[in-house]
Amino acid sequence: MSINPYLEKISQTPHAKKLKLKLLSADKTTATLLLPFSKEIIGDSVNNYIHGGAVTTAIDTACGAAIFQAQNNLRALATLDLRVDHVRPAASGADVNVHADCYHLTHTIAFVRATAYTDDISSPIATAVGTFMRSNKQFPIN
Amino acid sequence: MQLVEKLNDIKLRHDYEAIVELIPYAKTIGVETSMIGESIVSSLRFMESNIGNPAIPALHGGVIAGFMENAALLHLIWEIELVNIPKIIDFSIDYLRPGQASTTYSKCDIIRLGSRVALCNVTAWQEDINKPIAQARGHFLLSENKPI
Repeated sequence: MSINPYLEKISQTPHAKKLKLKLLSADKTTATLLLPFSKEIIGDSVNNYIHGGAVTTAIDTACGAAIFQAQNNLRALATLDLRVDHVRPAASGADVNVHADCYHLTHTIAFVRATAYTDDISSPIATAVGTFMRSNKQFPIN
Repeated sequence: MQLVEKLNDIKLRHDYEAIVELIPYAKTIGVETSMIGESIVSSLRFMESNIGNPAIPALHGGVIAGFMENAALLHLIWEIELVNIPKIIDFSIDYLRPGQASTTYSKCDIIRLGSRVALCNVTAWQEDINKPIAQARGHFLLSENKPI
């Protein structure tokens, strides 16, 4: 299974560029994204921990990418709900990876799970589940 | 000075604008704070760099979640007697409408304040408070059990 040729575009929206999100890999129903550490996304400036909101954004985006893979197209999506469990903080200054899996698709809804980690996916910093509305419109990035 | 001491100093001085300076991510996405009565209220000014879908254009869902999580955090910091910085345990968001290219407002309610954990609800809206764009709830850790 090759990477959906349009998938790079998920890291080209204005906010994905702001957070410097990068697509690392993708498979049939999965995608892995990198959220590089930067001073701009710190939530706790004493411990240099990344803000939970930045982790949530990376998770939301990775989930979208996994759905684009599962659909094998770039049809627009809207997040219905997302729940994130912040298992532990990311180590100071560490980059965060997010692996998302779209484990089921219906005509209308996509179901996704995601894991955020620094080095080892079996020792996550956050886990998430979400549902997304599918659409027949093309995601609007040229 | 530790972060908790800085925050307690800010609360003492009612310097609600300084709190954003301590949270780089909040500055990055454009969080602004104001006071309504004795409570701190967060709003999010529109910024091009917060767009997730350029066609509508709509705010990135992650930005809305991050803004609401941060609003709950600031609300807790302001309302409770601070010993530690509250740490996010879990956060669950329901999206109701797309976030348009305009200012987003928020309202927080502490549902349960225990000694170790607080539960906070957050609502976010734009032009019309009766048409919220998202609602969310999150647990925050206030203090930890001693290791057994």
